[in-house]
Amino acid sequence: MRLRYPDTIRIIRVPCTGKVDLIHILRAFEKGADGVYIVGCMEGDCRFDNGNLRARKRVEQAQAILDKVGVGGERVKMFNLSSGEGPRFAEYAVEMTEKIEEMGPNPIKIAMQKAA
Amino acid sequence: MIVADKKPIEEIIDMVKGYHKILIVGCNECVTVCEAGGKKEVGVLASALRMYFMNEGEKIEVDEITLERQCDHEYLEEIRNSIDQYDAVVSLACGVGVQFMAEKYFGTPVYPGVNTCFMGVTEERGVWSERCQGCGQCILDKTAGICPISRCAKRLLNGPCGGSTQGKCEISKDLDCAWQLIIDRLKELDRLDEYEEIAPIKDWSTERAGGPRKVVREDVRQ
Repeated sequence: MRLRYPDTIRIIRVPCTGKVDLIHILRAFEKGADGVYIVGCMEGDCRFDNGNLRARKRVEQAQAILDKVGVGGERVKMFNLSSGEGPRFAEYAVEMTEKIEEMGPNPIKIAMQKAA
Repeated sequence: MIVADKKPIEEIIDMVKGYHKILIVGCNECVTVCEAGGKKEVGVLASALRMYFMNEGEKIEVDEITLERQCDHEYLEEIRNSIDQYDAVVSLACGVGVQFMAEKYFGTPVYPGVNTCFMGVTEERGVWSERCQGCGQCILDKTAGICPISRCAKRLLNGPCGGSTQGKCEISKDLDCAWQLIIDRLKELDRLDEYEEIAPIKDWSTERAGGPRKVVREDVRQ
């Protein structure tokens, strides 16, 4: 299965999406990331019971904050799939990339470049 | 613990607009437990403020620190040497911490980063409820360990009132009638006869109605 997905994506591996904290998402945007998406296991299938549900809550928190600071909450999204769904992983990568390309670059990144 | 709730970010943005260097100070005690003003919340607020002002094209430096407590001199002293470099401080402690900070660092504007709500418990993660109003005259010995001052909407000492229906208070279907809880527990403890005793008029002078309060303990005072 030699699937292709956009090479603009940087994968950060975590032991469980429950490890992803709100501050990790915000810092990514502060450093200039155009979008962040979290790919967790299917809801109800978390090996640690509720890691992916926690991640979903944090994604929602990040969306609310990013909307308020003018970055745009739509730049962060939660996806769920099982470990056997390689094609879906690639689909989500394409979907997110298209969404971000449509939205344009992170305004923080542009502001940082201007300030420099 | 003292329970606080987060202030909306836009409110905090309005407070600190115009400052160039601010310090966000968290507190490691109650507000950490109720997830409103601990180290994590300090980080999140600082990040949000940095992004907002960067996006607005305003240059602002936001530093972070979380103290063990903000209601004791020794911990607040930890920032004495650095406080002068900041134009303003946002304290994520309860109202007590914010005020103590403002008293101590008289020349530095100190802004509240949380809304302080009450003294209460964690019912479950994300749900906190009131248990004590600090009335200064604890009567829990007579009310089966359930406080009618903080949990009865009318603060009745001889309840319940006529608004108690099927164990719920008339102000909300989701609120237990404190006196129903008291009676249930007295029954469980086989102390229901105590319910017959009429509680005398409470001395409210020890409550907030008597003005700002103070505890002075000469036995431990130095």
